[in-house]
Amino acid sequence: MSLTTPNPTSTRVRPGRLAPQPGEVIDRRRPVTFTWNGSTHRGFQGDTIASALAASGVRVFSRSYKYHRPRGLLTADFLDPGCSVQVGDEPNVRGGHRLVENGMVVSSQNTWPSLRFDVKAVNGLAGRFLAPGFYYKTFIKPQLLWPLYEKVLRRFVHAGEVPEAGTGGVSGETFDKRYAHPDVVVAGGGPAGMAAAAAAARTGSRVMLVEEEHELGGHLRWGDADDLATLRDLRAQVAAEPGIEVLTNAVVSGRFDDNWLSIVERGLPQVFERLVKARAKTLIVAPGLIERPYVFEGNDLPGVMLSTAVRRLVNLYAVRPGSRAVVLTANPEGDAAVEDLRRAGVEVAAVVDARAGDTVVRATGRSGVSQVELSTGARIACDLLVTAVGWTAPTSLLNMSGDRPVYRPSAARFLPDPQRMPDDVLATGGIVGDGTVTELVAHATAIAGAAARRAAARARAIGEAVPTRGDDAPALPDPDPTPVDVPVLAPADHPELFRSSTHGFVDFCEDVSSKDLVIAIKEGYDSIELVKRYTTVTMGPAQGKLETVNTVAIVAEATGRTMAETGTTTWRPMYAPVTLGALAGRIHEPVRYSPMQRWHEQHGATPLVAGQWIRPEHYGDPAAEVRAVRTGVGIIDVTPIGKLDLRGPDVAELLNLLYVNKWSKLGVGKVRYGVMCAEDGVVMDDGVTGRLGEDRYLMSTTSSGAATVWEWVEDWLQTSHPDWRVHVTPVTTAYASINVAGPRSRELMARLVSGVDLAPDAFGYMQVRTGSVAGVDDCVLWRIGFTGELSYEVHVPASYGLQVWEALMAAGEDLGVVPFGVEAQRILRLEKGHFIVGQDTDGLTKAYSSAVDWAIKLDKDDFAGKPELVWQREQGPTTQLVALQPVDRATVPEEAAQILGEDGRIAGRITSSRMSPTLGRAICLGQLEPSLATPGTLVTVRLVDGRDIRAEVIEGLAHVDPEGTRQRV
Amino acid sequence: MMLVPCPWCGPRNATEFRYGGAAGARPDLVSATPQQWREYLYTQRNPLGWSREGWYHRAGCRRHITIERHTGTNEVRLAEDG
Repeated sequence: MSLTTPNPTSTRVRPGRLAPQPGEVIDRRRPVTFTWNGSTHRGFQGDTIASALAASGVRVFSRSYKYHRPRGLLTADFLDPGCSVQVGDEPNVRGGHRLVENGMVVSSQNTWPSLRFDVKAVNGLAGRFLAPGFYYKTFIKPQLLWPLYEKVLRRFVHAGEVPEAGTGGVSGETFDKRYAHPDVVVAGGGPAGMAAAAAAARTGSRVMLVEEEHELGGHLRWGDADDLATLRDLRAQVAAEPGIEVLTNAVVSGRFDDNWLSIVERGLPQVFERLVKARAKTLIVAPGLIERPYVFEGNDLPGVMLSTAVRRLVNLYAVRPGSRAVVLTANPEGDAAVEDLRRAGVEVAAVVDARAGDTVVRATGRSGVSQVELSTGARIACDLLVTAVGWTAPTSLLNMSGDRPVYRPSAARFLPDPQRMPDDVLATGGIVGDGTVTELVAHATAIAGAAARRAAARARAIGEAVPTRGDDAPALPDPDPTPVDVPVLAPADHPELFRSSTHGFVDFCEDVSSKDLVIAIKEGYDSIELVKRYTTVTMGPAQGKLETVNTVAIVAEATGRTMAETGTTTWRPMYAPVTLGALAGRIHEPVRYSPMQRWHEQHGATPLVAGQWIRPEHYGDPAAEVRAVRTGVGIIDVTPIGKLDLRGPDVAELLNLLYVNKWSKLGVGKVRYGVMCAEDGVVMDDGVTGRLGEDRYLMSTTSSGAATVWEWVEDWLQTSHPDWRVHVTPVTTAYASINVAGPRSRELMARLVSGVDLAPDAFGYMQVRTGSVAGVDDCVLWRIGFTGELSYEVHVPASYGLQVWEALMAAGEDLGVVPFGVEAQRILRLEKGHFIVGQDTDGLTKAYSSAVDWAIKLDKDDFAGKPELVWQREQGPTTQLVALQPVDRATVPEEAAQILGEDGRIAGRITSSRMSPTLGRAICLGQLEPSLATPGTLVTVRLVDGRDIRAEVIEGLAHVDPEGTRQRV
Repeated sequence: MMLVPCPWCGPRNATEFRYGGAAGARPDLVSATPQQWREYLYTQRNPLGWSREGWYHRAGCRRHITIERHTGTNEVRLAEDG
């Protein structure tokens, strides 16, 4: 039933929409239609889901977490534990915060069969069934049944529905990330926050003002005419400062080292959520205060609300929250709520003044409050009970800055400890103390002055710490060093009101009652942190903002300690929820292509993701590509191979240090294969390095090791041998690299190369030349043989890569030249028995386990990893790299299949395996215990499907051409 | 995220750097005992207090630098010889 006007036939006014209010935020010219659990409702633009529903008389918004009790509005803002709703595909939407939109489909979460008749409410009758720690007590054994328990329990939780992968999300919306470097960030856009932002901006600071609600103003928005006038003035001051960036519907969710702030912005056009990472020079924390619920029997009934909730509903949304109210008040804000209710036409049946010692004992009713019992014994019929019993200072950001809040009994709240706050974090407003709006503004203005001066000092210090700062850089600020006089903002006296004489809910999100806390303490969980973990109090969506102080008070009462002795639980980031989408942000994953990528795409290459590179895996038939290389000629794009240009008189000395083998005698025009080990003797990388000139070398690394090796080389040169004269330049992408392989490769090369004599005796195996290929000068050619065939690796200045590639394809047409991809290359190298670092070795494989004993020169004075290799040789390797051939020629064991010893234990593993097109049989490399590594040994290989096969260890590593005659021709 | 005081670039985000671990001189290979070498390689002291660390400004000037960091507070300062 929609009740946008009071029912004229009724003698008593009913909940519904009021006449226009001076501070209302709804736009009555713009009605909005949406559905709630299938029925159509109306609201206005500016309404939250909660206010629009409250205006149509809805009282029950959800069912509680454990007992499935009906819940209504409590705070009517973001924190409201009673109105998490499902909006379309999106679960757990804060109904007290999200603005209603035309066509919105809103439903209550996980209620069955309906919100009104929830069968699971039987939990409430079962009583002790869900006592604290019931998960541990009831379901702990037998362990095997846990998955079943989880399934059953899951049905009782009131979380929303997450859409299936791929179907979720709102079309056209995305997540985003942003970086910012403001001078001053002000967290909180109430009167203090607005005044602080304006004051800081007036001194020239760049300010970011962050407000969680949809507009600036804080509590002024639901205040009286004077408050509204001040609100207009402060908003005008903020708007007048171009140096202020205002972020509304945003929240500073975390403060990390050196004022690195995470700010979550919600609901931007086309951006669902954006994470702002801001490096603030100073942070002003001005979140105001959060009103605290009161603990008594029935305090979760729909119709029991906080005074701020009532004042929001009346003043911001023009909603009459009930018909007949009882108000429990301990402060001026509660008194103001009484006035607001009267003005809204609500009959105020009783005002219970806690300052005079009166209080509420219990509320009763079925689906909402219908009667309230007072400490005087009076029982009053009503449909609305409003409590105003005190405030919680949301000190999260201060805690994250190192502060430990201190409880002050006279003010009945925790306050920041200024002694423990770092220089770059300041606080103002309600979190510090109370006062008139004028006093708040004066305090905030002074704090902002201090913040701006410290920000300027910080900017100056940063600027001065940059030695490379140019003379033409903008002048650094000249901060005024005099300290700012900050007026005292003292917390007002307030009675301590946490719990009445009855027990009620403390954590409305997790359904934890004060009685549950007392039971937990009786069971021995007597520290606040233990009580939290055992009962899950403060661990729900409100994250302690409503319930922490009540928890502390009840634990203190039950343990006979003071609240200060009891202390609080730790507030950690995030202060406010953030979606995983916002944390992921926009996907920035750089992808690298070789200059020949377009050609590969046009010729049907299957792409392979290899680290950052996209490479051709094959062009349709890798086996045919292998046969073409073995019988004719093929070309492969090997651009991702790491390349370092090394120059200087001490390069040979550097190479001697980096590689396990010797480099002093490498002549100009020669290349050599080398193995690099880390200091722990583990094989780190391998590749060939060629000497192009007296002081000029070109080093190649594996594709994946290119960056690591470069940084490693720099490390040695900078930290251990700064005296060595070597320049290192990474040239991986300066060259496009093509390997021309196969018995007819020389014939093909001869057609395109000029300036280099390709005759076998002039340009032999393991030699390097520079020359011109297809008209492109300054190419580097080396004769090496990863494939085991006669081959030339050509490094072409990158911008000519495609031209040389196409020239090779055209010139070799009559020779049957084919392009081959990474897969064919893997097969070719496996046939030849060349290992791959990281595939045939792992993070524990030292050099003597990698069949490179011949290369390790322990007689060198020094090289990376030498001591460990000395010991590895003395002790003997635990595994060895071997080549294996399955007895059954057709069975290719999976890579990582285990090799078993005679007694069935694991004695090794297959590291590489393929069907060899050249031999027509399965071939492998593996790591194997030395006792089984003798050629001719038959070993057992366990396949993934559980079958065991036999394989024979062969002599050497090469399955094809062990003599190496093919590559040396 | 902490700022690392790069002597070339000024204070920069820690994510621009690669942490190189506690800084210590590499023992002389000829005279070092196996015990000394393994201590250098594998034993990390992890003190509560000031610790000398190597950092590499990989996304900046690409210099390897030595800083001192207080492991309790993340306060950082450039080492005298950094």
